Amino acid sequence: MSEAKQPKQPKQVLLRIKRQHAPKEKPVWEEFALSWRPAMNIIICLRDIAENPVTRDGKKTTPVAYDSNCLEEVCGSCAMLINGQARMACSALIDQLDQPIRIEPLSKFPVVRDLAVDRQFMFESLKRVKAWIPIDGTYNLGAGPRVAPEVQEKAYPLSRCITCGNCLEVCPQVNHHNPFMGAAIFSQVRLFNMHPTGAMHAKERLRASMGHGGIEDCANAQNCVVACPKQIPLTESLAEINRQAWKQSLLGWLVG
Amino acid sequence: MSAPKIIVVGGGLAGLMATIRVAEAGIPVELFSIVPVKRSHSVCAQGGINAAKNQKGEGDTTQKHFDDTIYGGDFLANQPLVKRMCEAAPGIIDLLDRMGVMFNRTPEGLLDYRRFGGTLYHRTAFAGATTGQQLLYALDEQVRRHEFEGHVTKREGWTFLSAVIDESRVCRGICAMDLRSMEVKTFPADAVIFCTGGIGAIFGRSTNSVVCTGSAQSALLQQGIDYANGEFIQVHPTAIPGEDKLRLMSESARGEGGRVWVPRNPSDTRRAKSIPEPERFYFLEEWYPKYGNLVPRDIATRAIHRIVYQEKLGIGGQAAVYLDVTHIPRETLDRKLEGILEIYQKFLGVDPRNEPMKVFPAMHYTMGGIWVNGEDQATTVPGIYAAGECEYQYHGANRLGANSLVSCIFGGGIAGPAAVAYAQGLRKSADAASCSAFASEEKRQKEKNQALLSQHGTENPITIWKEMGEIMTEHVTVTRINKNLETAYGLLTDLRVRYRKINLSDSTQWSNQTLNFARELENMLILALVITKGAFSRNESRGAHYKPEFPERDDANWLKTTRASWVDNDIQLRYEPVDISQIAPRPRRYDAAK
Repeated sequence: MSEAKQPKQPKQVLLRIKRQHAPKEKPVWEEFALSWRPAMNIIICLRDIAENPVTRDGKKTTPVAYDSNCLEEVCGSCAMLINGQARMACSALIDQLDQPIRIEPLSKFPVVRDLAVDRQFMFESLKRVKAWIPIDGTYNLGAGPRVAPEVQEKAYPLSRCITCGNCLEVCPQVNHHNPFMGAAIFSQVRLFNMHPTGAMHAKERLRASMGHGGIEDCANAQNCVVACPKQIPLTESLAEINRQAWKQSLLGWLVG
Repeated sequence: MSAPKIIVVGGGLAGLMATIRVAEAGIPVELFSIVPVKRSHSVCAQGGINAAKNQKGEGDTTQKHFDDTIYGGDFLANQPLVKRMCEAAPGIIDLLDRMGVMFNRTPEGLLDYRRFGGTLYHRTAFAGATTGQQLLYALDEQVRRHEFEGHVTKREGWTFLSAVIDESRVCRGICAMDLRSMEVKTFPADAVIFCTGGIGAIFGRSTNSVVCTGSAQSALLQQGIDYANGEFIQVHPTAIPGEDKLRLMSESARGEGGRVWVPRNPSDTRRAKSIPEPERFYFLEEWYPKYGNLVPRDIATRAIHRIVYQEKLGIGGQAAVYLDVTHIPRETLDRKLEGILEIYQKFLGVDPRNEPMKVFPAMHYTMGGIWVNGEDQATTVPGIYAAGECEYQYHGANRLGANSLVSCIFGGGIAGPAAVAYAQGLRKSADAASCSAFASEEKRQKEKNQALLSQHGTENPITIWKEMGEIMTEHVTVTRINKNLETAYGLLTDLRVRYRKINLSDSTQWSNQTLNFARELENMLILALVITKGAFSRNESRGAHYKPEFPERDDANWLKTTRASWVDNDIQLRYEPVDISQIAPRPRRYDAAK
C-alpha cells in the first residue's frame, strides 16, 4: 500500500469520488487526500471532507452528499459502489481497501446528488407485492398463530433484509429497459408466504410477483446472494417463489 | 367542519404506531420523516421487548413489571401511566406477533423470553438480536398497507422545521423542508404527533443514528413547549468505541449469560482466553451478587467507570472491559445473538464467539424529553402530541433495557386516538385558521435558510458539532460535578457565539445536507444547554444522574420533575411533584433482593 512507498510521510487515505451536483448534471471525479487514523471507514472519510472540503490539489469544493443513518449496517441507507463493489459505506473499512479508493453512487437508481440515490422503486415494489400480513386491526385479538422454531429459523434471516438495493445493483436483469423488481422483493414474498397468516394470502402476492418486472425475469445470474450484506439466501428465495408462481399458474390453467 | 387532518412527524416505532391508529380511525394521516421510515433509528434496538407474560412459570406479573420499571427508574416517573403501559405490554406482544414478527420460539411454537437488566424474570421477547429492526419492519409493513389503501401519505425526505402556532396559541400545522429541493413549505393539520426520537448527536458520538439530533424537540421548546427531565441521560454500559459511532453491544449478551470482567492484574498481557478464572475479576457479579451482570444500566456503567478510572483496572490500562460470551455454546449464540456478534466481527475483525469483546460505556438514550401530560401524550400546546423517546414520561431517572420498544408502541398507540379525538372536537379546522400564521412561519424559516446560505464566516459546522459532543461527553454523562457543569455551560454558550460565524461551504439549493445540518446544530446547542442546566441544578444522585458531591437520592428536595421552558432566549427551570400514588418510594439497591 501507499505506506510502503512513502515511509517518511504521515499515512494518507486517497479517495476518488464521483460527484454530481444534481440529477441532470454531468458527473465529475474529485480526489481527496485525508490523514489516516486507525479503524477508519468510508463514513469517517466523508465527514473529514465535510469538515474541510478541499480536494487533493487544494481546490475548494462542497461537502459530499450521501445517505447514512445507523452506521452499523442495519438501516440500509449508505449503500454505494466502493472500488466497484456494491456495499455499505459504514462497514467498508479503509485498511481493507486498495487505494486510491473509488467511490461512486449505485448505478441502477437515479442519482439525487453525489452518492445519494433514490431507491423509492424498491418501496413501491414492496407495495406492489403486498409485503405485509393483513391483520384485522390493532385491537386486542389475542396471540398470533404458533410458529414452529424450524419455520422461525428459516424466516428470520429473510426478515433481516435492509432494502439497501445492493442485490438490484449487481443484477444484470435490473436495468433501464427492464423493471425487474429484484431479489430482495421476492425474498420478502417468500417470507410472508411462509407465515401462517400470510400464507392465506399467498396467491395475491404470487400474482403480483408475475408479469412485468416479475419473477420470470430472473436469469439466475446469482450475483445477488454474493452482494447481500446480510447473507440472505436470495437465490433460494428466487427459486422458491419461481416454484410457487409456476405451481399457481399451472393450477390456474388446470382448473380453468 | 371538514374532516380532520393529522400529521405525524417521525417514522420510528412510535410514529408508525400512531399513524396506524389514526388511519384505523379513518382519518387521513400525513407522515413526515427525514429518512425512508424503514431506515429509522428503531432498527438499532437489539435485545428485545418486555411484557410480563409469565411464559416460564416464574410467577411474573404486570404489577412486578411495573414495580421493576418504577424502581429501576429510581421513582422519578409519574406512576399511573407506567402502570397502564405494563398492563398493556402483553397485548402489544400479541399484536406484534399477529403482524408477523419473527420472534424466537420455544419447542412448543410459543414465544421465547429471555432475561434482561433490572429484573429477575424472563420477561423479554426477542427476535434474534435485531428485535427493534423486526418490530419496526412489522409496523412499516402495516403502514405501507394503509398507504396502499389510501389512508396514509408519506413525506419521506422532509425535515420538520417548526410548528405553525396561531395567535390563540393553538397548533395548526407544521413548516417543513424538502431535503432534495430545499423547498420550505407549511402543511395545515388539526393535530400533530411528534415521534422524533433520541438526541444522541448532542453528545457527538453515541449509539444513536445520524438523524437522532433532538432538533425537532429543541425547535418546539423554542416555540413554547416544555421539556422535562432533560438531565437524565442513559449511558449504556457496553458499546464498541468507534470514531464515527459507538456501536451498541446489547444487554441481551448478558441476558443470555455473557459475563463482564477484567484481569485482576491490569498489566496482564496474556490473551484473554488464557487468563485462568481465579485471575479474572467479575466485578459486577462480586459487587451485585443478586443481579450480577444484569444490574440496571446506570449501575453497570458506573461500575465500569469505577474499574477503569478509580481502580485502574481497565484492560491493558485502556478504557475497556471484557464482555465475554465465549463460554456459551456456538449454536445458542448464532440462534439468539447473531445480529450483534456480526457487528462486532465486521467492525473489529475479531470473532466474539472465540475472543471476549472489548467494550466501554456510551451515550445511548434520553429519559428526558418533551413534557406530556400523564393522560394522553398531549403537550403544553393544544394540538401537539408527543410519543416515543422524544417525550419523558415512562422511564424516570433510568430506563430498564427492553422497556423502550414497549413505551414507543404504547405511547404512539395512545397519541393516535387522542389526536383524533382532539381534532374531531375542534370548532375551527386548520384549513379555516388564519393564513397569517402559516405565511409568517414560512417566511421566518426561509429567512433562516437565506441567512445561513449567504453568510461567509470562518467556522465549520462539523467542527462545532464535534466540540459540543466532547464537552457534553466529558462533563454531562456519567459523573457530574457542579464546577465542571458550569464550565460546560460556558463553553456551550461560546459555541453558540461561534455558531453565528459558520460557513456552509455549500450555497447550492439542491440536496444541501450541510444547510440542514447547520440548522440542526443550532437546535442541538440549545438542547445541550437544557441538559447541562438541568444537571447543574439537580443537587442529588438519582438513577443515571450521579453527582459525587451529592451521592444520595434526596426525595425531600428532589422527588420532582424538571420542566424547562424557553423564555426571552434563555432557559427557565421549574419543578413539579411526581405522582407516586401507586408505589411508595424506597431505597434502590441491587446488591440484595429489593
